[in-house]
Amino acid sequence: MISLSDIHKTYQMGDVLVAALQGVSFSIDKGDFVAIMGPSGSGKSTVMNLIGCLDTPTSGTYVLDGVAVDQLSSNDLALVRGQKLGFIFQQYNLLPRQSALRNVEMPMIYRGVAGTERQRRAMAALNLVGMGQRVDHRPNELSGGQQQRVAIARALAGSPSVILADEPTGALDSKTSIEIMELLRRLNREQGITVVLVTHEHDVAAYAARVLTMRDGQLIGDQRN
Amino acid sequence: MTTLDVQTVPTPAPAASDDILFQPIEASSSGFGSLWEVVRISFGSLLANKVRSLLTMLGVIIGVASVVSLLALGNGASASITGEIEAIGTNVLTISAGSQNRGPGNATAAQNLTMDDARAIEALQLPVIGVAPQLNSNAQIVAKSADKSAQIVGITPSFQVVNNLAMQQGSFITEEHLQGANTVIVLGSTLAKDLFGNGQAVGQTVRINNQSLRVVGVLTPQGGSAFGSEDDRAYIPITTAQKRLFNARTPDGNGYRVGSITLSAINASDLDALQSRVSMLLRERHHLKLDGSADDFNVINQAEILGTLTTITSMMTLFLAAVAGISLLVGGIGIMNIMLVSVTERTREIGLRKAVGARSHHILMQFVVEAAVLSMTGGMIGLMLGSIIPIVVTQMGLLDAPIDLQTVGVAIGFSLGVGLFFGIYPAQRAAKLNPIDALRHE
Repeated sequence: MISLSDIHKTYQMGDVLVAALQGVSFSIDKGDFVAIMGPSGSGKSTVMNLIGCLDTPTSGTYVLDGVAVDQLSSNDLALVRGQKLGFIFQQYNLLPRQSALRNVEMPMIYRGVAGTERQRRAMAALNLVGMGQRVDHRPNELSGGQQQRVAIARALAGSPSVILADEPTGALDSKTSIEIMELLRRLNREQGITVVLVTHEHDVAAYAARVLTMRDGQLIGDQRN
Repeated sequence: MTTLDVQTVPTPAPAASDDILFQPIEASSSGFGSLWEVVRISFGSLLANKVRSLLTMLGVIIGVASVVSLLALGNGASASITGEIEAIGTNVLTISAGSQNRGPGNATAAQNLTMDDARAIEALQLPVIGVAPQLNSNAQIVAKSADKSAQIVGITPSFQVVNNLAMQQGSFITEEHLQGANTVIVLGSTLAKDLFGNGQAVGQTVRINNQSLRVVGVLTPQGGSAFGSEDDRAYIPITTAQKRLFNARTPDGNGYRVGSITLSAINASDLDALQSRVSMLLRERHHLKLDGSADDFNVINQAEILGTLTTITSMMTLFLAAVAGISLLVGGIGIMNIMLVSVTERTREIGLRKAVGARSHHILMQFVVEAAVLSMTGGMIGLMLGSIIPIVVTQMGLLDAPIDLQTVGVAIGFSLGVGLFFGIYPAQRAAKLNPIDALRHE
């Protein structure tokens, strides 16, 4: 499903070239639940951006769902993101003036999904994350945990191949963090959704079935819980 | 146990089974969010910042309102001026004594348009309704109980035909009066009222330069024109004016001067040909050489005047509209300014939209539509406000200043153009944002 081989990524920072990734290779199977761990600067965010098709590698190949995406144009990458990926962010990133329902519908607008189909899918996704009663609430009327649930619904609604979560509990208290992680685990187990998350917390990584550890731009650990 | 059931919290919203999430998604092939969705997003964000949107629109509102009202007023003024000239007649040639470039020492040139010239023109048998020589002078008209200074116009009977004059009372000057240089007079309606009140004017006597004249007719009111009211004038046979009142004998003593000769063409299109034929005749009669020496008379072609005035008034209208257009331009710059601010403020939103699948053209569209909605809405409001002044002016009867479709088109077209032009640059900036950087933007 996700297959990275010998990925290098080099950034230009002023006059200095920074090698963020130095030959990373791994694969993730459909239905897996993977956590990527590592200290800051280890390259885990860079890996996440590459998997998320937000960026392209300097060298190496990346095949997502049978499609080689490593050399696509930015517009084609956007198309892939819309069709195959669902994103969950640390700061939820909901549109503040729109209802939960509209927020969940939003990504599907760019895929040309008709209004009624969009609403049915958005409702189903909100029900699935337990937010079916609050579809008309705006983000500022919801708690942090509820906002993250809406964000998860947004990621789910378009039937993505993979859900990518970047520090999904980073802004939540520990009790809510547990709820969110249990939700992700339930979605993974019951619905068979592939989840890849980045975290630096071991408690969070413990929910994953597999943990990849990064340091200095290289993969140094790959173990199953 | 049943009570417990009743107390349970309502079950989660019924619904749509989760299965739908795992069915292949039905998307239109283009993958292009429909324009309606883009417009909806744009309206949403404009409504979210009502005060700002209104202030941004204000520039366009003022611009469009001034363009609309100035265009309408300008067109109205132009129509009113040309209308007055058309009322006089666009088929009229007026020949007056004196050359256009009369210099000092050439004053006698003003003296040499004569009755014989007028007869010679008449003898040409041109396609005209009439040839009407005139001799005008100001004089005091004295009646029994009132007197008034007025313009006395010496004319021939054809003057009535050429100028479409109708009688309120009595009759106009006749050919007999002309032949006999009779001491008769026809009064304009206002003048008659001034001299005789509401009483009977026809049959009364007035005195001009110690000469008694019998009033034979009163004209119907003609209404005012830009060149003075016809109703304030008095008309006498031109022969009477020449011989009895104003002594208009030519210096050589063989004829009588006229002030001007008016020709009214049957077809307005003949005017240019008539003008050159009459000029040729007069040059010949006045013994002017063919070496390009200046005419000693002056021909005014009414159609030419109308053309010139129309050009001038439409130039003025355009000029005013252009000045107003500058404020529209300034309004456009205001839109660009706010759109740039808006793009910066919403960097995270743009990053999010791109991360979840929006392509560059979606973002471009969103901001261009937003700018276009701002300027179009401003244009509509401006159109409504700008229509108020012309409508009020028209209602008050000051000027007929209609808002025509062309004006509406120009207003809407211009405001849309301004929005698109000034909206493109900020929209391109938004579309080019890198989603990773945009999402990190604080």
